[in-house]
Amino acid sequence: MTGSLIQVAYLAASVLFILGLKGMSSPETARRGMLQAALGMFLAIVGTLFHQDIISYEWIIVGIVIGSAIGAAMAIFMPMTAMPERIALSHSFGGLAAALVGVSEYYRHAAELGAFKTGAIGFEVVLGALTFTGSLMAFGKLQGMITGVPVTYRFQNVSNISLLAITLGIVVYLIFVPSHQMLFYLMLGLGFLLGILLVLPIGGADMPVVISLLNSYAGLAASATGFVLSNNILIISGALDGSSGFLLSIMMSKAMNRSFRNVLFGAFGAVTEEALSETRSVAGAINEGTIEDAATVLWNAQTTVIVPGYGMAVSQAQHALRELVDLLDSANATVKYAIHPVAGRMPGHMNVLLAEANVPYDQIYDLDDINGEFSRTDAVLVVGANDVVNPAAKTNPASPIYGMPVLNVEEARTVIVLKRSMKPGFAGIENELFVQPNTMMVFGDAKKTITRLVEELKK
Amino acid sequence: MPDELLFGLYIFVLAAFVGYQVIYRVPPLLHTPLMSGTNAISGISLVGSLVAAGAHYNTVSTALGFIAVTCATINVVGGFMITDRMLKMFKKRDGNPS
Repeated sequence: MTGSLIQVAYLAASVLFILGLKGMSSPETARRGMLQAALGMFLAIVGTLFHQDIISYEWIIVGIVIGSAIGAAMAIFMPMTAMPERIALSHSFGGLAAALVGVSEYYRHAAELGAFKTGAIGFEVVLGALTFTGSLMAFGKLQGMITGVPVTYRFQNVSNISLLAITLGIVVYLIFVPSHQMLFYLMLGLGFLLGILLVLPIGGADMPVVISLLNSYAGLAASATGFVLSNNILIISGALDGSSGFLLSIMMSKAMNRSFRNVLFGAFGAVTEEALSETRSVAGAINEGTIEDAATVLWNAQTTVIVPGYGMAVSQAQHALRELVDLLDSANATVKYAIHPVAGRMPGHMNVLLAEANVPYDQIYDLDDINGEFSRTDAVLVVGANDVVNPAAKTNPASPIYGMPVLNVEEARTVIVLKRSMKPGFAGIENELFVQPNTMMVFGDAKKTITRLVEELKK
Repeated sequence: MPDELLFGLYIFVLAAFVGYQVIYRVPPLLHTPLMSGTNAISGISLVGSLVAAGAHYNTVSTALGFIAVTCATINVVGGFMITDRMLKMFKKRDGNPS
């Protein structure tokens, strides 16, 4: 009886999860959607508490209380700028939880497990372990605790792929010989190691793809848990999460015109000497402007497009930027924000920061919607973006980012680029945009520069 | 192939298909909340951890289950709360929260 009640709760939860995700198709319904999903989660958890195997609740209660306290504290106190880090951390928790449940199941049944269950546990444990350490690595890179520059060494790809093959080999071997405990724990260890090694060569600019991919792995690990425990809600939610992460990583890769394989094994950002000397040749006269020059251009522009990038997040310039745009708005200029899909360190990163600064979302445009408008734009203000506005992606076949869809900012009458220094961006690629005659470079911290621009415009 | 595996695959494939269709319609504007929202949903592995933590199969299982419950709860509670906090910020030009 309780068994079927639990199943009814799970069914309701599955429906609510799907409805919740459907709500995400518009910012108007998104909040309600997530409330539905949360209700679904509540039903599923309460239903599970009636599971016949559960005989005492003390550890459950302690775990839930500690987890809720940490989770709530993170949700309330984490600044929006730390969102990529938080997402990476939560992927690692999800991966760890899945791996531990798998180990616990194996420890409990070890030899008497059938081929199918052992296989499922194998996938669960490897995916979970890999997600755990991989996400921690991503977290470290985002925090700057680990260098964001790709770490490469000789035979890196060969050794990584061999290690992956060995791990999968053990998973398959365990399907036939489930009782081989030593191999099981070796597999767990290899899973942890793989997570570290696979993220090590990936550069900061590729973080949006990696985070999406880890999102997908975390989902697949949860799904594998569902196969192990014969639990449908786990399979369904894991599949939803897995396909979401997968779809996002495809979109991100497309936005960089790169294949999955290239992101995972290409060690982007470790530009070869040859490519560097190739691109160095674009260096020319830089047109450096003062705050006053930039203010004059912005003040006289009828149409302005703002292009934010990771630099805006680093200097937390979004609030100052919004103030600047409000000033221009009140002078009857048309101001739009243009956001490249891979601007920042995770999908949608810039949108969240702008939303935090109260920028209305109907003022924000995607790459495809705005790219035709630049030729009719008076002024473009690039705030800490680099590779996503590099015309070399269209003109220079030797460039590592050749073929990547970029914002056609150089078509505007004047381009103002706010940048810390002339140092090349994360990918180590020189940007032709900076030496174009219609480009004005304003050096300095983005937030300080924009604040001074606002003061200048108020005069 | 055991029936259980087939049945599970059935559900997995259909759910992944539905997920793909539904998520395809999510605008880039909401990609971050989507990610943190699906992450909260995948905290459903809590359901598996609960049984491991409360069943007293053996000490190791209970300990692992307890850690897993804590981790998964962080994701569920933190994930839904921060997603809501983010979505609250998305407003239209007239200033009304969505």
